[in-house]
Amino acid sequence: MTRKQRRMTIIGGSLAVLALAAALVLNALRDSIVFFSTPTMVAEKHVEPGKRFRLGGLVQPGSLQRGDNLAVTFEVADGNAKLPVAFKGILPDLFREGQGVVAEGALDANGVFKADTVLAKHDETYMPKDVADALKKQGHWKDDYGTQASGAAKPAATTAQGNPQGAVR
Amino acid sequence: MIAESGHYALVLALALALIQSVVPLIGARLGDAALMNVARSSALAQLLFVGASFTALVMLHVNSDFSVANVYENSHSMKPLLYKITGVWGNHEGSMLLWVSILALFGGLVASFGNNLPLSLRAHVLAVQAWVASAFYLFILMTSNPFLRIASPPIEGRDLNPVLQDIGLAVHPPMLYLGYVGFSISFSFAIASLMEGRIDAAWARWVRPWTLVAWIFLTLGIAMGSYWAYYELGWGGWWFWDPVENASLMPWLAGTALLHSALVMEKRNALKVWTILLSILTFSLSLLGTFLVRSGVITSVHAFATDPTRGVFILLILCLFIGGSLSLFAGRATSLKQGGLFAPISREGALVLNNLLLTVACAVVLFGTLYPLAMEMLADFKMSVGAPFYNLSFAPLFALLLLAVPFGPMLAWKRGDLLGVMQRLLAAGVAGLVVVAIVWAWVRGGSALAPLAIGLGVFVIAGAVTDLVERTGLVRLPFATVLHRARGLPRSAWGTAFAHAGLGVALIGIVCETTWNSEYIATMKPNETAHVAGYDLKLDGLFQRQGPNYREMIAEFKISRDGEAVTVMTPSKRSFTTRGSSTTEAALLTRGASQLYVSLGDATAEGAIAVRIYHKPLVLLIWWGPVLMAFGGVLSLSDRRLRVGAPKPARAKQRLQPAE
Repeated sequence: MTRKQRRMTIIGGSLAVLALAAALVLNALRDSIVFFSTPTMVAEKHVEPGKRFRLGGLVQPGSLQRGDNLAVTFEVADGNAKLPVAFKGILPDLFREGQGVVAEGALDANGVFKADTVLAKHDETYMPKDVADALKKQGHWKDDYGTQASGAAKPAATTAQGNPQGAVR
Repeated sequence: MIAESGHYALVLALALALIQSVVPLIGARLGDAALMNVARSSALAQLLFVGASFTALVMLHVNSDFSVANVYENSHSMKPLLYKITGVWGNHEGSMLLWVSILALFGGLVASFGNNLPLSLRAHVLAVQAWVASAFYLFILMTSNPFLRIASPPIEGRDLNPVLQDIGLAVHPPMLYLGYVGFSISFSFAIASLMEGRIDAAWARWVRPWTLVAWIFLTLGIAMGSYWAYYELGWGGWWFWDPVENASLMPWLAGTALLHSALVMEKRNALKVWTILLSILTFSLSLLGTFLVRSGVITSVHAFATDPTRGVFILLILCLFIGGSLSLFAGRATSLKQGGLFAPISREGALVLNNLLLTVACAVVLFGTLYPLAMEMLADFKMSVGAPFYNLSFAPLFALLLLAVPFGPMLAWKRGDLLGVMQRLLAAGVAGLVVVAIVWAWVRGGSALAPLAIGLGVFVIAGAVTDLVERTGLVRLPFATVLHRARGLPRSAWGTAFAHAGLGVALIGIVCETTWNSEYIATMKPNETAHVAGYDLKLDGLFQRQGPNYREMIAEFKISRDGEAVTVMTPSKRSFTTRGSSTTEAALLTRGASQLYVSLGDATAEGAIAVRIYHKPLVLLIWWGPVLMAFGGVLSLSDRRLRVGAPKPARAKQRLQPAE
């Protein structure tokens, strides 16, 4: 083989691997991206049942109900709209009524959001960044969310995994 | 007084770094040895002053001096001593100080062990180190000063984030930083050689040990972080594809590629331009990681504080260094001479394939990390890219890489014999296929992916063993000869085998854990029994205990298997009064490489408690794999050819010390 042929082999091989990677990424993007919505966005866009998304908002005070065997229901609100959420499992340490939450799952036929993961991933202002941004955009940002913490805010993250049926495993 | 001294020492370190950035370069231009030697003394002095500054912050934390804002916000007088010390880097300011301390440590090491480097190369390398250091000293002093005082000192501190009050904080960040920052050395070497316009095989021999050291620490740091998340967050997850984890994985992938391409350069004087580029990219990814974690663009356990000025400052540093180094590369790379020739099927060819797959896999992770951020900024909608994305994109690429791994070390340099290698790997391939068949039959159907992946893992391990068998002549030759050969085998060959086998071990662990994990989540009352994976867990009772700075509720489980008592497990839930938050302390029972995992949720009014029980088969292999890889790295590092501080050609050394 000449130097030129060798170089062409290497360049050809590189392009093949790159093309493979690009194909894999595009394919993966089509199937596995999860979008973030607030209850208002869900109400406006009529998300179809079964489509997975992340729901973010505030846990409506007084809406938390614990059922049998770790089943819980609560409402996620963002000022304009509310959405009932059903979850089975252990809620994260930082889950509280009136504070921010992000749940991942899909709507069922009755319009209830079946969550298989509930994240309360936030700093001391008790507001996940995604939720805070969404609320600010809608003009529902109350200043007292931001002023609860003095000095630098330290975060904590906890995650709850839902019931085995809903999970990927 | 301590705080002011610490602050002052940091300012002095900045001044020294500024001198070190300029004077050695002038010396190199003028050919003045005295000016070039300024690099050495200033690097050592810089290390001394940063060390003093860091020690000052540690002392402030140990003494619980709450007149310092950093101590007030992250410490508590009742906190155990270990966490008072580790709490130093459990916050933004302190962790940046640790970052620069480690940077100065590496600079000091190059200064003290780099006596055999050409004088002007050492001057250039240390000057580039000092540029990076100056930028980060400025960052700390201008936006994140850890020594700020509070006008009216409070009596008690606000305590450290409870999640961080764990032995993991003592190990994970320093290890990770030793890795991240260690790559600054190969970066500095790359920039230095571009500035000098000279690069050869000796360059690779100097750079490789430093890269290897950084890589070993990064490997262990990532593994440690993963295990920490696994037992601390309370639901047994060990990798989340969180942007912060990706930030550490990307330099690891690029660094692994760099280790391999430097090998080609050292042995065959080829792939020079590519190796230089990889050195630059690896450290750029480390800087990107620092930006992602420290700027607050993402929310995570690692993002301590969100302050926009810090983000902008780090972004500036990032653009300056990445942009500057890549422009220098673009301008100078063509002047570097082309290296040796090799056929596509050869050791070099295999290493090129390794580099190709690693960098492309790294690019996929980079894409997955930045795409959601870019979309949020440009198109204004939010989304998340999680495990499903990486399973479909990163995993196939890595599987391809693993398939190629056993071939690499067996191919000859320059021109290899693929057919011969395939024949020699036949046994390993058969072993892999047999395992696929056994696992397939054992689980009876289900996903074909898991048995195949386990077979791949076995193939990789068997391939590594085959390489050693071939080299020592085990089976073919008499035992005494084999022993003699094994002793004569370069340590780097052993290192390669261990590191490659570690990949297979980790893969098997990952597949077993994700496929056959059993999970039991329920509320339990005292004296109830849960059955998970053959174990019976009887909840004996709940009781309270007072810790140094928390109260904890402990649940006592009697574990038995087939009627025989095994042990008692005591998971607990700690509530920290100062911060009003709680953590979950999981209890782990290790049997071989498998673990039983119990963690607690909330207690209900009727005296019942929510529990999460997992049985995770072979889960420990996930971390034993990286430990094996790191061990392989250490072996390779101890190879005489690469010994840090003794990078002379092995031949000369042997002649000088024949008795060794």
